[in-house]
Amino acid sequence: MEPLLALEQSEGYVAGAYLAFAALLLIYVAIMAAKLQRIQRELRELADVADEPAGRPKRKAGRASRAQRREMEAARREAQR
Amino acid sequence: MSAPSLRTLALSAAALLIGGYALAFFWAPLEAEGFIQKIFYLHVPLAIVALLGFVVAAIHAIRHLRTEDPIHDARSYVSIHLSVIFGTGALITGALWAKGQWGVWWEWREPTLVSFLIIFLLYATYYPLRYSIPERDRQARYASVFAITAGAFVPLNFLAVRLAEPFIHPRTFSSTGGLPGEMLVAFLVCLAGMALLWVSLVRFELGAKGASGDLAKLRRALLPSEAPPPAPRRAVAPAAVSTMSADQGKGS
Repeated sequence: MEPLLALEQSEGYVAGAYLAFAALLLIYVAIMAAKLQRIQRELRELADVADEPAGRPKRKAGRASRAQRREMEAARREAQR
Repeated sequence: MSAPSLRTLALSAAALLIGGYALAFFWAPLEAEGFIQKIFYLHVPLAIVALLGFVVAAIHAIRHLRTEDPIHDARSYVSIHLSVIFGTGALITGALWAKGQWGVWWEWREPTLVSFLIIFLLYATYYPLRYSIPERDRQARYASVFAITAGAFVPLNFLAVRLAEPFIHPRTFSSTGGLPGEMLVAFLVCLAGMALLWVSLVRFELGAKGASGDLAKLRRALLPSEAPPPAPRRAVAPAAVSTMSADQGKGS
C-alpha cells in the first residue's frame, strides 16, 4: 500500500502547482480584459464626440447622459435631412 | 508567409497544452519519485520558456537600438513582462515541488534555484528602471540596454549552473542520461504548448498596447485641449505603438 500512500501525500502538491499556474494565468487574463474594456469604453466616448455636429464646441470626453445622447441623435437626424 | 492569427495561435497552444498534460498524466510512466514528479511537466517548461523569453527580449532590444523603431521596444517590454509572469509560475511550482519532494520550500545551497532567483530579481528591477525615466526616447533606450545586458547574463548563468556541482536539484538534460521515451514525448509537447502560450500572450498584449496607442492618437486629434503635457511623468513608450505596426511581422 506504500505507493497509494505516497500518491495521497503528493497529489495535494501536484494539484496546488497546477492550480497556482491556472490562477496566475486567470489573474493576467482578467487584468488584460479590464484594460480592453476600458479601451472599448473610451473608444465609444470618442466616437460620440466625433459624431457631434460640426461648429459646435467639442465637449470633454466622458460618458454622455441619456438626454445628451438623445439630443445628439436628434441633431444627427436633422443633419441627414 | 504571413504570421498566424492570434486565434490560431491561442487554439494551437490550448490544444498542445491539453494534449501534453493528458499525455503526462495518463500515458507517461510514474518515475521513482512518484506522482509528485508530474509537476515536472509544468515547472520545467515554465522555467525554460521564461528564460528563452528574456533572450528574445534582448534580441528585440538590439533591433530597437539599431533601428530606433518603437515596435521593437514594445516587443522587448512585453517579452520581459510575460517572462517575469512565467518566471513567477516557475518559482511557485518549484517551491511546491521542493516541499513535496525534499521537505523544504527553498534550498539556498542549490545553484539552479539561486541562479534562477537572481535572474528573476534582476528582471524585476526592469520596471522601476523604466518608469524612473520620464523622457520617452531615453526611457526606451535605457530599457533596451538593460534588456541586452540582462539577456546576455541568461546563457552565461545557464552555463555556470551546468558547470557547478548540483546539490539536490536534478539536471533535466544531462549528458549521462535523459528522460525515458514516453516522458520525453509528453515533456516536449508540454514545452511546445507553453512556448505557444507565451507567443499568444505576447501577441495579445502587443495588440492591446497598439489599441491603447491608437486611442491616444484619436484623443489627441479629436480633443486637442485634452492632450497630455509634452513630457508626462509616467511615459510608457510601448503604448504609443499603433495596432498596425504591432500586428506586423511577429518575430517573437
